[in-house]
Amino acid sequence: MKVTIDGQSIEVEPGTTILQAARMIGGEVVPPAMCYYSKLKGSGGKCRCCLVEVAKGSEADPRPMPKLMASCVTGCMDGMEVNSKSSPRVQEARKSVTEFLLINHPLDCPVCDQAGECDLQNLSFEHGKSESRFIEEKRTFEPEDIGPNIQLHMNRCILCYRCVMVADQLTDDRVHGVMDRGDHSNISTCISKAVDNEFSGNMIDVCPVGALTDKTFRFKSRVWFSKPYNAHRDCPTCSGKTTVWMFGDEIQRVTGRKDEYHEVDEFICNGCRFDHKDLRDWTIEGPRAFEKDSVINQNKYNRKLQKVEIATEETILKGRETDRKKISMAQIPLTQEDIMNQKSLGNNG
Amino acid sequence: MERTQYKQEINMTEALMNRINELISHYPEGKQKSALLPVLHEVQDAHNDWLSIELQDKVAEILAIKPVEVYEVVSFYTMFNRRPVGKYMFEFCQTSPCCLNGVEDLMDYTCNKLGVKVGEPTQDGLFEVRGVECLGACGYAPMMQLGDFYKEHLTKDKVNQLIEDCKNNTIMLHDK
Amino acid sequence: MSQKILLDKVNIPGIKTYEVYRANGGYASVEKALKSLTPDEVVEEVKTSGLRGRGGAGFPAGMKWSFIDKKSGKPRHLVCNADESEPGTFKDRYLMEYIPHLLIEGMITSSYALGANLSYIYIRGEYMWVYKILERAIAEAKAAGWLGKNILGSGYDLDLYVQIGGGAYICGEETALIESLEGKRGNPRIKPPFPAISGLWANPTVVNNVETIAAVPWIINNSGADYAKIGIGRSTGTKLISASGHIKNPGVYEIELGLSVYEFMNSDEYLGGMSSDRPLKAFVPGGSSVPVLPADLIYKTANGEDRLMTYESLSDGGFATGSMLGSGGFIVYNDTACIVRNTWNFSRFYHHESCGQCSPCREGTGWMEKVLHRIENGHGREEDIELLLSIQSKIEGNTICPLGDAAAWPVAAAIRHFRDEFEYHIRFPEKIKNRDHFVAEPFSSVKHLVAKQTV
Repeated sequence: MKVTIDGQSIEVEPGTTILQAARMIGGEVVPPAMCYYSKLKGSGGKCRCCLVEVAKGSEADPRPMPKLMASCVTGCMDGMEVNSKSSPRVQEARKSVTEFLLINHPLDCPVCDQAGECDLQNLSFEHGKSESRFIEEKRTFEPEDIGPNIQLHMNRCILCYRCVMVADQLTDDRVHGVMDRGDHSNISTCISKAVDNEFSGNMIDVCPVGALTDKTFRFKSRVWFSKPYNAHRDCPTCSGKTTVWMFGDEIQRVTGRKDEYHEVDEFICNGCRFDHKDLRDWTIEGPRAFEKDSVINQNKYNRKLQKVEIATEETILKGRETDRKKISMAQIPLTQEDIMNQKSLGNNG
Repeated sequence: MERTQYKQEINMTEALMNRINELISHYPEGKQKSALLPVLHEVQDAHNDWLSIELQDKVAEILAIKPVEVYEVVSFYTMFNRRPVGKYMFEFCQTSPCCLNGVEDLMDYTCNKLGVKVGEPTQDGLFEVRGVECLGACGYAPMMQLGDFYKEHLTKDKVNQLIEDCKNNTIMLHDK
Repeated sequence: MSQKILLDKVNIPGIKTYEVYRANGGYASVEKALKSLTPDEVVEEVKTSGLRGRGGAGFPAGMKWSFIDKKSGKPRHLVCNADESEPGTFKDRYLMEYIPHLLIEGMITSSYALGANLSYIYIRGEYMWVYKILERAIAEAKAAGWLGKNILGSGYDLDLYVQIGGGAYICGEETALIESLEGKRGNPRIKPPFPAISGLWANPTVVNNVETIAAVPWIINNSGADYAKIGIGRSTGTKLISASGHIKNPGVYEIELGLSVYEFMNSDEYLGGMSSDRPLKAFVPGGSSVPVLPADLIYKTANGEDRLMTYESLSDGGFATGSMLGSGGFIVYNDTACIVRNTWNFSRFYHHESCGQCSPCREGTGWMEKVLHRIENGHGREEDIELLLSIQSKIEGNTICPLGDAAAWPVAAAIRHFRDEFEYHIRFPEKIKNRDHFVAEPFSSVKHLVAKQTV
């Protein structure tokens, strides 16, 4: 079957979705996907980021599809013509979805462990606006403790359902799910139960945002300060093939090996992920490559930054000096002795 | 999310279990999960109109499904209560056609009379006022649901009468 | 008097019971179908009748039936959608409460046509007493031999059960209904596959509205061609209309499609005009999700033709000057009603009922409600009107199921036809403090305050 996306044609097997075909072509035609995960059955269709325009249904029925279609769950037809990035309508829809996903998002990237490898950050970088039109109070959820290994930040969740599918498809005993409905839907165990089984850690890897993060890596480092290496070990439970994130000689974090669409090659077990942080546990294969534009490649800011010139710098400094004089604050930092003196003065007075 | 846990006595009577088994028999072998919603209604009606986590676990056990599957469903549908509720729940429909016929004033009136806010049971646990979305009685507005039944064409006098009847225990809540 | 085919017997004393229903010609269509027609012939009659789905979408029922997958050899199911929850609509409840055997008869005949041996009626949880009525009626029908094995010696088996919902408007969407019937959350499924191929328990399934199924016995007893003679053009047959709001006689009416809106509104046989001397301001013809129309577009279309109660005439003019027949939820507003408040009310409904599965609906419905709530409570900003239009356009067409569209359309239509009322709320917040602000001072008397100034 032949399918054409943004003018580029490719031959695909029947049953291929538009998104899969786009990924085969690669590059700019690939729609963003926040909920679809090729390794999880039944995923996709929910976030609506990957909407595309079907300009020609198929050779047999060339009529265009009136609505934009979710490319991750729409099958290719022979002769189908699809507009992805080239369509203004599609671009507009992606902007819309990005805005919707962000209105209630806390935007707490500065304190979020996912920052730097977050699909929502990437999406908003590409399709987001610099200002929000949402002036209402943001939705928040009460924190829930789901055990010693996984940190749940419901406020950041975009409800992709991937973590629920991981629990359903990788384990026999799912204990968390989606509770409530509408904009109060939330991921929860309902009873603050620990999500604890050999493969539960994969919830972290499939989470596209910072809703599920690794508690053993919590606040340890920004992801771009650590260096990723492919590593393996003999593991009785999983393949043992992982990426270890190093800072100096220290393994700060272990994750699955993710491809360019941030999907893991293989799911790994909790033993590898949480309990093996000693360098001697692993055979290091070599550095792991990331896409060109990933901040992870910026690595330690080793490129020289250009100095930012501010035209009014001098004026600003003068202004500060004046302000300082107005408010009677010491110009040089106070010594411990000065502080003690002041305190005793206050007490006596 | 269940923050505060309330205690509930679980009593799966023989009559209740018979009804549950009858409901399960409505579905093909292996599709017993389909009976979840009707079973939850029956179990809730027999347990003071609410479902504690323990009771939900019990339902999961009966239907041989995971407890979380029951929690997900209970939290999705509005008719299942996850905390103790007033014995007589006045559920006023507050969607447009009922508003056109003065349901908002009537809710204020009822709340004042009972001395409660919407969604708060009275101290004695007897009454609770709630606003719900369209109940499908727009032509008979204003109206409310009380137990299994609708009370339509409401007026202040009718609300007064209903409160009296509830206090005198002459109101039928469930049709079993 | 127009012809009645659904409610013609509803006033016979005792018609709720099997004996009276049967004595008045009930179950004749089952006899006729099972004894003298093949399933395909039943489908053909329904196709010929032009009967369209009465739940809101208006898709031809016979065509929907013909899509069901018979080749796979999997068991097939007919599911009746009795999850009536669209604000303004209460016709199915009336039918089931007062003449339950009509629905059961329709279910048997229709199940036979589809070759379904296990069928369900999914009724909304709040209609608990109607659920009990249906359960009893099914037991009566079964005792009389209309259900079970080898019905009337024809070799056809059918089991029919009622399933009760738990309170969720979204379960009126057919795939969400199927999910709910499987004991899950009411999240609509991604289509394709359509239920006709993979529905209940992945078996081929047809989901039809109560009123659609209740029309089948008449079609089989008479003929599809007779049914098609009622009505106008592609709007064949009769339709139940649920009427509410500021009218003299609210209730459920059976009308022949093609009746004029004017006659329906004003004749004593139907709504009998307005409930008071306050004038007509707006109406919603097909339940809360369809666009609201202002007084000048109700009786006449934009072309000046009489507006009729048909699928085509109500949607004449597209969304610019028309609306939709939808589920037949006819809500009438006089000038005491506030369009902004009403739009906020509908938005709150959709916000409350969104399943939360896809982002535009989950986030957008809540956002619209918040903005509308602000405007209605005197905290609106001039830019909020454009903001609302923008949000609704971003939801429309981008969601998994039609709830997104249903939430977006009423907002767009309210601003399209009543923009000055929104402006009034924003510019004169002190005048709208009281929730019944238009009772003492209807908008028509203050309209000049927001009129365009010409300098």
